[in-house]
Amino acid sequence: MTDNTLSAADVVLARRELRRRKLSAFLFVAPLLLFLLFAFVAPIATMLVRSFYNPTVANLIPETLEQLAEWDGNALPSDAAQAVFAADLKRLANERSSGKLAEQVNRVFPGSSSVIKSTARRMRRVEDADLQQQGRALLLQANARWGDPEIWKAMAKTGSVYTPNYYLTALDLEASEAGGIQARDGAKIYVTLYTKTLRVAFIITILTFIAGYPLAYYLANAPTKTANMLMVFVLLPFWTSLLVRTTAWIALLQTNGVVNSFLMGIGVTSSPFDMLYTQFSTVLAMTHILLPFMILPLYSVMKGIDPSYMRAAMSMGDRPIPAFLKIYLPMTLPGLSAGALLVFIISVGYYITPALVGGTDGQMISNIIAFHMQQSNNWELAAALGSLLLAIILVLYWVYDRFVGASNIKLG
Amino acid sequence: MKTTSKLLAGTAALLMASLGQAQAESLTVVSFGGAYGAAQKTHMIDPYVAESGTNILFEDYSGGIAEIKAQVEAGNILWDVVDIEVIDLERACSEGLLEVIPQDMLPAGDDGVAAKDDFIPDALASECGVGVIVWSIVYAYNGAADGPQPSTIADFFDTGNFPGKRALRKRPQVNLEWALIADGVARDEVYEVLATDAGQARALAKLDTIKDDIVWFDSWSQAPQLLNDGGAVMVQSANGRIFSAMKDDNKPFEIVWDSNVYDLDVWAVVAGSPEKETALEFISYATGSKPLSGMADVAYGPTRISSAPYVDPSVNNDLPTAHIDEGLKADGIFWADYGESLGERFNEWLLK
Repeated sequence: MTDNTLSAADVVLARRELRRRKLSAFLFVAPLLLFLLFAFVAPIATMLVRSFYNPTVANLIPETLEQLAEWDGNALPSDAAQAVFAADLKRLANERSSGKLAEQVNRVFPGSSSVIKSTARRMRRVEDADLQQQGRALLLQANARWGDPEIWKAMAKTGSVYTPNYYLTALDLEASEAGGIQARDGAKIYVTLYTKTLRVAFIITILTFIAGYPLAYYLANAPTKTANMLMVFVLLPFWTSLLVRTTAWIALLQTNGVVNSFLMGIGVTSSPFDMLYTQFSTVLAMTHILLPFMILPLYSVMKGIDPSYMRAAMSMGDRPIPAFLKIYLPMTLPGLSAGALLVFIISVGYYITPALVGGTDGQMISNIIAFHMQQSNNWELAAALGSLLLAIILVLYWVYDRFVGASNIKLG
Repeated sequence: MKTTSKLLAGTAALLMASLGQAQAESLTVVSFGGAYGAAQKTHMIDPYVAESGTNILFEDYSGGIAEIKAQVEAGNILWDVVDIEVIDLERACSEGLLEVIPQDMLPAGDDGVAAKDDFIPDALASECGVGVIVWSIVYAYNGAADGPQPSTIADFFDTGNFPGKRALRKRPQVNLEWALIADGVARDEVYEVLATDAGQARALAKLDTIKDDIVWFDSWSQAPQLLNDGGAVMVQSANGRIFSAMKDDNKPFEIVWDSNVYDLDVWAVVAGSPEKETALEFISYATGSKPLSGMADVAYGPTRISSAPYVDPSVNNDLPTAHIDEGLKADGIFWADYGESLGERFNEWLLK
């Protein structure tokens, strides 16, 4: 036993003290943690779950689905199955939830929404006993399309609670009848939009680098007074409302806007250019809006670089450009990585600016996600599209970590 | 998933309850804002508040049923009365997102005609809503510009005789209908043709002929703006927005009523609203002959026949109700069926 060893009572005390400290530390972060849990983790988790878990149809017509499970999928389902479905429809009409079923089936089989809803309204007025005896005939009488096996297949398909279908759609694919996977029969837009979004985000990252790097360099090396003044010009747009900045671009770029008037005034062109509502305007406006995200991390890293390194390199005979490339640039890499990642990730999910100045070819994946959230109400597909976007970013981050290393990111 | 939303809803409900105690009877009414919202405030909200003493929170939204669906699914109803477009109404109603409104509670018109005969039939067609206005999607041009003046929907698609940019709202609705009519389909067969694969291809092919001359916009507020700054020579717009630019800002715009696509807006009650009784009371007040006639301020047609005597005769010809013969009723059932699949197909075409 040495004098350094604590007595048993001391150990208990020390542990208690440690626990107390941990608890107080936890209490300090608890509000933020709770906020994150409610405002961030929970909604995102809900969204992820929605993209593959959809019990709506299974909850609405459980008995019909049980019957359809026994159906071979060739001709029409049995009379008994159809009678059960007719009874289910009557119940749905009385609960006023036939629209929920209609919406789900319509996604797989466009045009079936009105068939289901109008048939449900008809079934509401039929006696239960009649439904049981002549369900099939009553369905056919209400709408001839109940004689089409496709609508029954669509119903069976939407009945599965766990489904990969939304992810398949988000990749322009669909499940084939043979059980394999094939290219989607309908519109193929999502893969195009993903690649386009990534390409635009990449272009914007490069442009912010080209515009931001020299400026950050100048800011870091200029006299304090000039640097502070210029910094205000960098930060001022950063503090201005996003909508105001986007609208300002509309005023600048529109057909009879400032830029066109100027170009026509000095005689560069006789008729105005179409600049607004193009991919060009999207890229331009977003580069402007995201520029501070590139400049600020670069500036803080450059500020910390001792100018004597460059002087040392040059005094040993290196010429300015190679010295810059070999000495200065590698030292700014942490700031550059941080800036590029910030700009890239923000622009991948950007919504407002492309929506306002994007027009036809300025559309990005976020705009189609908004379409499915707000207009088509296909939240499941929106969730799958969003989850894929998240996955793509994580993969890119992983690739980046492999080749550049995430540990050298420096935000300031 | 259910549990999280319930937890969230519970927390919000607790917060709401503590806030709610301060003001006893309070109704949240949601509509589209702008000049239309202002007219509703003047002619419906303010008089009702003065008469009944109920507090009304009047808020804006941009249409669609996403927010209503979110509130009903989470069991956390924040809105009581909503102004909803008929094109969305059918869907919201059949999904159980709205309360059923007993139509026999509606008062007779000021001339004594019973409500069911006084309202135009479309206004009471759904059990979930009572019509507020008839509005119309038209196209307009700048009357002060040189050159020939368009008068039909075919002119809109004729870039030879009417050169220049055309502005359309970036969505399939109305654009595909117009394309088919311009391509020679009769107005009463449009939706029948559009339900077929060949018809959809035909509509997109017609749009394709002017694709390079189209400027796409996202929000109705951009329409008069585009016409004003010369961004387009013809713009698709809600008739009221052009009317207010003409009347309030003295713009030399002209409206082309040919093949206008008209639709109704209705008042509806969100399912599970804790203030359902007050909400219904508000709706029967707001759809009286006098309050409805105020909608003509922004050139939207009142849904009651008995409102006509209150409307300034000089605006009569600017109301969509005067141009129904040249128009086409937007088909909510068709768009509930094909909105999503045509939305995807339309986006595919846009990207081509």
